[in-house]
Amino acid sequence: MLKITNVETFYGKIQALRGVDLDVNDGEIVSLIGSNGAGKSTLLMTISGVNKAKRGNIVFNGKNIENQAPHKIVDMGICQVPEGRRIFSRLTVEENLRLGAHANEKGKYFENDIKEVYDLFPVLSDRKTQRGGTLSGGEQQMLAIGRALMSKPKVLLLDEPSLGIAPKLVNQIFVSIKNINKEKNVTIFLVEQNAKKALELADRAYVLVNGKVTIKGLGQELLKNKDIQVAYLEGGSKN
Amino acid sequence: MEKKDIIQSFKDSLFTGLIALALFGPIVGLRTASKGEGLFITPQWGVVFLLVGLCILGRFLINLNSARKTEITFFSKFTSKFSAVTEDKAKHFAITAILFAVVFPFLPFTDRYFMDVAIMILTYIMLGWGLNIVVGLAGLLDLGYVAFYAVGAYSYALIATTFGWSFWICLPLAGLFAAFFGILLGFPVLRLRGDYLAIVTLGFGEIIRIILINWYEVTNGPDGITGIPRPSFFGLPFKRSPDEGEISFHLFFNLEYSTMHRIIFLYYLILVLALITNYFTLKIRKLPVGRAWEALREDEIACKSLGVNPTNTKLTAFAIGAMFGGFAGSFFATRQAFISPESFTFIESAIIVAIVVLGGMGSQTGVVLASIFLIGITEMFRDLEQYRMIAFGGAMVLIMVFKPKGILANRKPTILMHGDKK
Ligand SMILES: Nc1ncnc2c1ncn2[C@@H]1O[C@H](COP(=O)(O)OP(=O)(O)O)[C@@H](O)[C@H]1O
Ligand SMILES: [Mg+2]
Repeated sequence: MLKITNVETFYGKIQALRGVDLDVNDGEIVSLIGSNGAGKSTLLMTISGVNKAKRGNIVFNGKNIENQAPHKIVDMGICQVPEGRRIFSRLTVEENLRLGAHANEKGKYFENDIKEVYDLFPVLSDRKTQRGGTLSGGEQQMLAIGRALMSKPKVLLLDEPSLGIAPKLVNQIFVSIKNINKEKNVTIFLVEQNAKKALELADRAYVLVNGKVTIKGLGQELLKNKDIQVAYLEGGSKN
Repeated sequence: MEKKDIIQSFKDSLFTGLIALALFGPIVGLRTASKGEGLFITPQWGVVFLLVGLCILGRFLINLNSARKTEITFFSKFTSKFSAVTEDKAKHFAITAILFAVVFPFLPFTDRYFMDVAIMILTYIMLGWGLNIVVGLAGLLDLGYVAFYAVGAYSYALIATTFGWSFWICLPLAGLFAAFFGILLGFPVLRLRGDYLAIVTLGFGEIIRIILINWYEVTNGPDGITGIPRPSFFGLPFKRSPDEGEISFHLFFNLEYSTMHRIIFLYYLILVLALITNYFTLKIRKLPVGRAWEALREDEIACKSLGVNPTNTKLTAFAIGAMFGGFAGSFFATRQAFISPESFTFIESAIIVAIVVLGGMGSQTGVVLASIFLIGITEMFRDLEQYRMIAFGGAMVLIMVFKPKGILANRKPTILMHGDKK
């Protein structure tokens, strides 16, 4: 469904991605783990078209998208929940959601879509008219996910949804991600530093180091992988 | 308040005094006077002393006030009361204000002078509302807004004098022209933000003015365009003695001829135009494009990742903002019957931006209050001639000191819970 081959992305002269190969199949949950600065966010931004790949191909459902404008890519069915949530803090919860439907706001299914988001995250329904900036971190993350869902994506890209969120809420959010995948048939590409949670959830997973994929395999396999345990799971790592 | 604070405030005000001295010393203190065979410098240290003293005192009072961390001055009480009113009962306030505006021409104390000032304030309110779309909603700091005002005025003047079409045909055409120029400006500045955008738009404003001065064949250069048709009341001109075959307004309605008729008509015209601008803005804020403006102002990357097309979004903001600027320009042209590039200098842009910023970026009511306050104060000091700009500056400083985020800093959500009235 989404096939990334040999993608290289630069910030000026700094190379952030050094030939990434990776694919995501229809209906899967794929996780990408890696430490801070590995290039995870850069990869998602490159898929979304916000950063442009200097080399390599990104093919989505048979079409090359590496040179498409970001809004075209969203129209095609890839939507991202960016790192740090990037909620529009002065807009209300519902306005944020409506903005998510921007690509999709022919209006027809809007009422239904927004109801689905409220069913998924009932707390958002209670906070409809509250400004985005006044929500807690966890609620903002739910809003960010809900907002992206409003564009009716086929693939949802999630950038560190557990970042800076209370552990209890992290569990809840991961359950929701699973639901989105299973019940709404949305393919998930999840990027995380929280390796344990991400691997437990994933069908398949990749490890990104320094802009390159070093390990790949089934989520359960990687959980047992010695190198990964040493580098990402044991000792100081979160949860 | 502690002694330490007072000493600190005092030091700070002395420092302010030093800056004031550095500025006023050469500017005010050394006055050149031409006497006989050349220029001579006549010092006026007394005035400098006075100004510097005022600065020190003012700064000291401000410091005292903010050290107490309370705003118990008359001014802030006044405005915070306003904030409270507009937060809760925005509708009531708006309706009252509109009703007042409607009856204003017939109030007993309203004379010709009041009407002229009111028309001027309404023009600035309309310009403020138009610019609010670009600056307040879309967050694109445009320092050359006067360019669209000029394009509107000149398009109107040229179309009306060349083809003799009526106001209601020329107005939309002038608006379209201005919108076109908005897009023209929009394209090169799409990638610019903040200060860079501000500088380029400022340049654009000047370019338009310089073109108006130099394109003699079309714009008649610095001499401007004269004889722009005055508006008529749906075909009835406001003339004492109408031309052959015409019936003028006062004859048709069997009234005593008065120049006030035209003034009152102009007043209602600009009132309606301004209200249309406001209504349009309030409506479009609830549409996807309006919401996208506000979102774009907050976070362009988030917008991109959600499928908002920033190019189109910014261009529509520029175009629509410019269109209303063009409408206001048309009104200006028909009201003055004469326009020249002199009316469209940078100071106009600055005043309009000031109105939007001081009103509280994006607040429609704030624009009204800021226009009344800034233009009103400046008018009150009209007798002081060139010094009235000091009053203008003073008014801006007052707002920034007491309401640093603008008079009405809070954005009203476009979606409210049904029946959620406390
Ligand atoms: N806007 C930027 N400008 C320059 N370098 C950047 C920028 N964003 C990220 N980088 C660099 O690219 C590399 C990858 O960053 P990023 O994709 O944010 O990593 P991750 O999301 O895995 O923490 C890092 O070395 C980072 O310093
Ligand atoms: Mg990151």
